[in-house]
Amino acid sequence: MAVKNIMIVGVGGQGTLLTSRILGGLTILGGYDVKLSEVHGMAQRGGSVVTFVRYGDKVAEPIVEEGQADVIIAFERLEALRYAHFLKKDGVLIVNDWRIDPMPVVIGAAQYPDHILEDLEKEYKVYRVNATEEAKKLRNSRVFNLIVLGIAAQHMDFTKEQWYEVIEKTVPSKTIEINKKAFDVGYSIVQ
Amino acid sequence: MGEKVIMLGNEAIARGAYEAGVKVSSAYPGTPSTEISEYLVQYKDDVYEEWAPNEKVATEVAVGASLAGTRAMACMKHVGLNVAADPLYSVSYMGVNGGLVIVVADDPGLYSSQNEQDTRMVARAAQIPVIEPSDSAEAKEFFKTAFELSEQFDRPFIFRTTTRLAHSQGLVELMDRVEPEDKPYEKNIPKNVMMPGNAKLRHIEIEKRNLELAEAANTLPINVVEMNDTKIGVITSGIPYQYVKEALPEASVLKLGMVNPLPRKLIEEFASKVDALYIVEELDPVIEEQVKSWGIKAVGKEIFTVQGEYSANMLRKAILKQEIDLKEPMKAPGRPPILCPGCPHRSVFHVLNKLKMHAAGDIGCYTLGAVAPLSVIDTTMCMGSSISTLHGMEKAKGKDYIKNWVAVIGDSTFMHTGINSLMNRVYNNATGTVIIMDNSTTGMTGHQDHVATGKTLQGDPAYAINIQALCRAIGVKNVYEINAFDLSLLEKTIREETARDEVSVIITKTPCVLLDKRKKPLYVAHEDKCKKCGMCMKPGCPAMTKNPDGTIHIDDTMCTGCGLCKDLCKFDAIELVREGE
Repeated sequence: MAVKNIMIVGVGGQGTLLTSRILGGLTILGGYDVKLSEVHGMAQRGGSVVTFVRYGDKVAEPIVEEGQADVIIAFERLEALRYAHFLKKDGVLIVNDWRIDPMPVVIGAAQYPDHILEDLEKEYKVYRVNATEEAKKLRNSRVFNLIVLGIAAQHMDFTKEQWYEVIEKTVPSKTIEINKKAFDVGYSIVQ
Repeated sequence: MGEKVIMLGNEAIARGAYEAGVKVSSAYPGTPSTEISEYLVQYKDDVYEEWAPNEKVATEVAVGASLAGTRAMACMKHVGLNVAADPLYSVSYMGVNGGLVIVVADDPGLYSSQNEQDTRMVARAAQIPVIEPSDSAEAKEFFKTAFELSEQFDRPFIFRTTTRLAHSQGLVELMDRVEPEDKPYEKNIPKNVMMPGNAKLRHIEIEKRNLELAEAANTLPINVVEMNDTKIGVITSGIPYQYVKEALPEASVLKLGMVNPLPRKLIEEFASKVDALYIVEELDPVIEEQVKSWGIKAVGKEIFTVQGEYSANMLRKAILKQEIDLKEPMKAPGRPPILCPGCPHRSVFHVLNKLKMHAAGDIGCYTLGAVAPLSVIDTTMCMGSSISTLHGMEKAKGKDYIKNWVAVIGDSTFMHTGINSLMNRVYNNATGTVIIMDNSTTGMTGHQDHVATGKTLQGDPAYAINIQALCRAIGVKNVYEINAFDLSLLEKTIREETARDEVSVIITKTPCVLLDKRKKPLYVAHEDKCKKCGMCMKPGCPAMTKNPDGTIHIDDTMCTGCGLCKDLCKFDAIELVREGE
């Protein structure tokens, strides 16, 4: 299989590292070669963070470059905007319709752009979900990323059973059920 | 065939250490090297690992373990190697008994560092051989090679990684641990006591050893020639090798697993076979300058940058002159890192900001106190420098000049090297106020224990050095311990102590908000009571946003219930709606 390029973008602290562990586990189950690149350290403190996942028959570089992403999973709108140009022509962008103001916006030095999703939809294939609100309905706002992953799963190369298996292996045992439930919420959204 | 698993570069190094039979590892946390030690803990029945207070100590511990005849290692980030430079340059003369490898992680692109220095330059200056892997699988295998070569050539080795290698995951094949027999200890004064007469002879000896190693490098299996089309030849190593393979799959490649010393014959032979030779290395032209000094024609930093990370697209543009049709990024305001919601540092910086204080800063999360709207930190340079920088200012301009200054430093950084600077202040009759922001952990690197937390890397209870008592023992008479969120006491104490003509230490003691995993309290802002004065927004909490009408909204997914905003609200518009656990 030709190498598939996935990106996860979000705000430090939103659980991108957990998500990358899940995706890493999946690619192994699928029997692929895989490379995955993450951000640790200072940027994890509320900064813009990006994870690259590449899998296929043989993977060399661990990063996804501009114009190469098949799927971008964005945990926040502004981060979707920031990285959308990494998508390849027919790539898909899955966006958590959620806003977290960066500090320049909080202190009034910059404006949070209006109509981000509408602007992105003009240029790219966009799937949107307010996963944070959906997660609150499950009474655990932190599992929003599994909802977004559920949607992304429709655009990747793994069975639902493989996703379940990896979720069970990766998340803390107390939260397996809620995380699987959250995944189902995303997986069942057909757009 | 062993089981194949996916591992972070740092995890693979830890596995390599285990398989290589390493017995002792000492380290100080530093992104991107930290996780090596954390992953080592799973092998604690076979490998002793520890956090040292700084990299110099860690390196010396590893040297001791090597002298005693076991395989030993130390881990640090690139700037940590500067702290360890003293033992480094001299253990280079001594050589090893058991294999000795120092893992050093560089940070091209400055993801989490104060500079972009190239460890290969330090290694060349200290005459230390360097091995560099290009993915997780190599990280594990080359790590074992490093120990074999270290023992074979009686040289300590540096194992160089970069952020991209350290924090990328790839497939690794697990193998068994092979523990070599401990080498017998033999008292050897000429080899191990570095006084001038001995060191002079050792210098001659290591020059010889390095020449032998350089000769052996020509046939080392980790230096690999991949002959393809000969129009383009590339010499590369580490992560840039992967970019070369993406961008130039047809090119011939000489991939160096050992980047110091270089295999001259191998390089000359390779260069003679290709039409155009490129040298692709991130950061400094370390390979390039040597290759060119041998009269070999090559292209390097004429077309490649000495800054940041490389990429396949960059090579396509620079070498193949390809025009790559890319979309412009859309305009988006930046999102720099910030102090977390509920961070105790924010509270302290808010008070310092209110008092219009300048701060000599240090290395840690609290460096972010330089960012607006707090903007308190004036300087940040290196670990432990805050206290001594302030001292220099006072000695240059007099004690009144620093009445509106403080030094701020974290607990782990204070124990790392800050304590030396505090001793200097007391000894040299200085004045001035030092704020030790004690959040009971090494925060920025992801919560590691240290000499004052009461727990070891292996999870065992340990004596927790009492920072308050330590400061008193050094001779600081005015030492205070204050809750970071006690705004009024903090303000009063900072006012009084900065006015004093003696050294004072204020320890703001409140654990990092991320340490306590229990459910946190939650506050809401009542729009009807909000007078839109903006007081609560002053500390720049990321959980708070302004509504279009100017009232305040608190994001319930981010609020950690520190109550700083509530304490700043004069109109009772912010209310606790949920107690913490």
